[in-house]
Amino acid sequence: MAIEVRIPTILRTYTGGEKSVTAQGDSLAKLIEDLEANHPGIRERLIDGEDLRRFVNIYVNDEDVRFLGGLEATLSDGDQVVILPAVAGG
Amino acid sequence: MLRLDQETYDAIVAHARRDHPDEACGVVAGPAGSDTPTRFVPMVNAAGSPTFYEFDSTELLQLYKEMDDRDEEPVVIYHSHTATEAYPSRTDINLAQEPGAHYVLVSTREGGNNEGPVEFRSYRIVDGEVTEEEVVVVDNFEHSEPADRSTP
Repeated sequence: MAIEVRIPTILRTYTGGEKSVTAQGDSLAKLIEDLEANHPGIRERLIDGEDLRRFVNIYVNDEDVRFLGGLEATLSDGDQVVILPAVAGG
Repeated sequence: MLRLDQETYDAIVAHARRDHPDEACGVVAGPAGSDTPTRFVPMVNAAGSPTFYEFDSTELLQLYKEMDDRDEEPVVIYHSHTATEAYPSRTDINLAQEPGAHYVLVSTREGGNNEGPVEFRSYRIVDGEVTEEEVVVVDNFEHSEPADRSTP
């Protein structure tokens, strides 16, 4: 299974500058574990405790994973995952 | 230093005034690596709040895909403060996640929805560190002589 993951500028320090990497997993949680195995440190930038970080958006095939079950969101071969930091402030 | 053209400067200020007392937000995209903000993209503040702003997550994705297709990046990320000075709040600093962007802050605390003085300032925010920078407004990028309004 190969899933393309688009990496935002601020997280490319973990991917050697790559804008896009491939990873595996049949759920978002497993995909993030696979990302962590190859790009140590990235997990903590995506997950806070047991949940996705509030100000990081992750999309599967253009749908915000918050509407797909969050970390439980299921993934299939060929899916595209995009990670984007929220643009927000006070 | 942030260089931007008068038309874009005016568009950012107009957006901030229009949305007052809520915070206005948006980006000015430009060719990747150019450090030149050319395409003004006002965004909806999904928080609809006088003290917080956030791009809607679906619109955020559309924006980034569009920039990707055009080989652009967010050269400027702007938002307004409607009751306080044009300086990044603690929240702004904590949530700043585009180390390459110029973060523009506009304050409408004096003039509100109306014409009148606005503060227009620009910052780099990298790893929690804020560095203010000069803003230079040019007539347009083809004739890059400074216009008469430039902010120290």
